[in-house]
Amino acid sequence: MKFVIALLVMGILTQNFTLAKFLGICPFLGVSKKLNTAVGMSLAVIFVMLLATAVTYPLNIFLEAHDLAYLQTIVFILVIAALVQMVEIVLKKYVKSLYNALGIYLPLITTNCAVLGVVILNIDNISAYSAYGFGFGHAMVSSFAAGAGFMLAMVLFAGVRSRLETADVPESLKGLPITLIAAAIVSMSFLGFSGIVEGMGLM
Amino acid sequence: MNAIVIAVATVAGIGILAGLLLAILSKVMAVPVDEKAQAIEEILPGANCGSCGFSGCSGYAAALSSGKTTETGLCNPGGSEVSAKIAEIMGLAAGEVVPMTAVVLCNGTTDAAERKMIYEGVESCKMAAQLFGGEKSCIYGCLGLGDCVQRCPYDAIKICGGVAVVDYELCRACGMCVATCPKKLIELIPKNKVSAAVLCKNHDKGVMTMKECKVGCIGCMKCVKACESAAVTVTGNVAHVAPALCTACGKCAEGCPKHVIEMLGFGLTAEPVASRQP
Repeated sequence: MKFVIALLVMGILTQNFTLAKFLGICPFLGVSKKLNTAVGMSLAVIFVMLLATAVTYPLNIFLEAHDLAYLQTIVFILVIAALVQMVEIVLKKYVKSLYNALGIYLPLITTNCAVLGVVILNIDNISAYSAYGFGFGHAMVSSFAAGAGFMLAMVLFAGVRSRLETADVPESLKGLPITLIAAAIVSMSFLGFSGIVEGMGLM
Repeated sequence: MNAIVIAVATVAGIGILAGLLLAILSKVMAVPVDEKAQAIEEILPGANCGSCGFSGCSGYAAALSSGKTTETGLCNPGGSEVSAKIAEIMGLAAGEVVPMTAVVLCNGTTDAAERKMIYEGVESCKMAAQLFGGEKSCIYGCLGLGDCVQRCPYDAIKICGGVAVVDYELCRACGMCVATCPKKLIELIPKNKVSAAVLCKNHDKGVMTMKECKVGCIGCMKCVKACESAAVTVTGNVAHVAPALCTACGKCAEGCPKHVIEMLGFGLTAEPVASRQP
């Protein structure tokens, strides 16, 4: 149980995917302008991360059994892309409202490095956390934590950006430059969480 | 050698499997598309301005194809041309769209209008209007901070001398600026005829107006008396011209002591009559 909490805290705060690992920066800058699009994108990311982990974890066992671990990246990208397309088709048929709400974000996730990152890091975690018996359940938990961390970062940054809209920004920094600076400051603030897992005696 | 074959076979196998699954799924789960709605959506301008009263162009297209509405002439930006095309697809009678243009009813440039303070806040009319009604002494006037400029999907509005001015050539009458202006200064008038327009919305009494702005309507009734077709009315100390009744004789503009009435619109020539082009 302690390890599960540790995984959650790591995924959301100390090892935050966007702010500490710098994965998924593209949607972080692209769709964080408004709160509702940020939340929509984050929900889609959480969903796809969980789904991708559920499929790639057993797939990895198959790859390792045949000494094909070096094919991880390409096979995972292939599987994730196909998976997202399938989800899109199913959603279009049965949950039209959700399909319309997610809109362009769902296909965008296909090539999102955060999704690929989470499945590959989960595979790495098997050996890294072997002492804690890292298994399929733990992989799912850490995927969810990664997605939730992404959501936290998106929501926080959407707030920052809405304040930036009306701020008096120097001419040369208007637009993307000030956004990147703001992102750097938000990311630095997350450094404050470092050591929290060890400090709480979770690991 | 063997390792390569296995690797290629694995990746190819997964690829083919995923491809097959997707192909089957897209056939089984196919959603019937409304061809008429798609065709209509392609014709519509795609600005999603909502002037038709539906949620964007796809909403209007869906409403037309499902028979919710039979009016083909609701798209202002598209005009009669789009209306005719939609009517052709749907087999309906084409609705006539009177070409309209937005007009900013304020002429109080920074030279003409008095200021009660110097505003250095956020560059937004909506914000400035909340602070004692904005910078100008006249609380009805254009703030010139460009909320309408940002809103306009056709880049048809510019700020000239502290007042927003619409480029009638570019304006497609979507009405987004009308809804945006916190001072409710923008109106849609017909583009296909010349008509007079009172470029002021100051409801204060004449004495007050004179102190606030050099080009403010003082409600002196001279234009009402000059008008032959009863198109001009004065309500709340400010004159207003009904474009439908105006015969464009220009007598109201001649008689106006404050020069707030201008002849606007395209008329028979391609050039707008007035000099209020940005």
